[in-house]
Amino acid sequence: MGKRIFVIITLALFVYISLPLVLDFIPTQQLSYVSQKYVQDGPEEVGAQNLVTAIIVTYRGLDTLGEVAVLFIATAGIGFILSRKKWRKRKKRSSSSILQTGTQVLLPLIIMFGIYVFTNGHLTPGGGFQGGVIIASGILVYILASPKNKFKDFLISLTESISGFGYVLLGLLGLILAAGFLDNSILPLGKFGRLFSAGAIPLIYSLIGLKVGSELVNILKYLRRD
Amino acid sequence: MQLITGLGFVLIIIGIWGMLTRKNMVKIVLGFSLVDTGIHIIMVSIGYIKGKTAPILNEAVNKAKALQEVVDPVPSVLVLTAIVIGLAVTALMLVYVVRLHKEKNSMQIDDHGELEW
Repeated sequence: MGKRIFVIITLALFVYISLPLVLDFIPTQQLSYVSQKYVQDGPEEVGAQNLVTAIIVTYRGLDTLGEVAVLFIATAGIGFILSRKKWRKRKKRSSSSILQTGTQVLLPLIIMFGIYVFTNGHLTPGGGFQGGVIIASGILVYILASPKNKFKDFLISLTESISGFGYVLLGLLGLILAAGFLDNSILPLGKFGRLFSAGAIPLIYSLIGLKVGSELVNILKYLRRD
Repeated sequence: MQLITGLGFVLIIIGIWGMLTRKNMVKIVLGFSLVDTGIHIIMVSIGYIKGKTAPILNEAVNKAKALQEVVDPVPSVLVLTAIVIGLAVTALMLVYVVRLHKEKNSMQIDDHGELEW
């Protein structure tokens, strides 16, 4: 009973301190100072159609590097927690032939769509994170369809290491050849709105996509090993 | 957009309530996930400007007049970052739940009292 009162008091206090935030909230009328700069100078400086991508990969690229690092640490933690003891092996049934046949048709399409999403991240809504998640969902379908197949661990770790290393390397190249860490003008900016434009952004975002995809496939792999 | 902000706020309250009152560990993780989503909704609604469009400068948006035509891109960027981090943290918490379940064969948080103080 005391616990319930405590919960109600906590919630009431939370509502009390944050209600003014909602009630007195004035809808945004114009862009903030920082955003104005990004929207005005972004197309010329970075050359990406999608301004969100321009900010994520170039202006705030260091944050994205940290984010990928957090994802890596979480994956490592999951692997650490799940692989300390040998669990009792569960019997795995093979899946239905509908799922198996459907996977043969869908898997290449899903992976191709994922690659499309992260290579066009600077032109359309999308990018490395979304594309990586789409690829991982394709792998999930594959796991469901053939639960007995083993992954090639080496291939996943190779993709993960090379994409992570390449990402940092491109950032360091920006430090040497251009204005700063993760500067995208190490490659020519190209024509605005084309696939090969915006300097190194398509390259960096593809590496992020591969990194996120292999990271999530690793999580799926650990979760299956029960 | 005030309606959306209010709904995000309600989602946060429901999530905190779920985290504080539920005993099943999966439901606690769900509560955390609800708080996460509520915060994302509030952040996106802060960046929204009425009658303006997404910050993608293609044929639909005039590059010269982009300042008057697009919503604030910075909150979208922050939410994109937060979603990925939220995914990783939720996966980590669910794995803790799996591990605890393997240890004592129980989903109830009251059965795992070793670290209580």
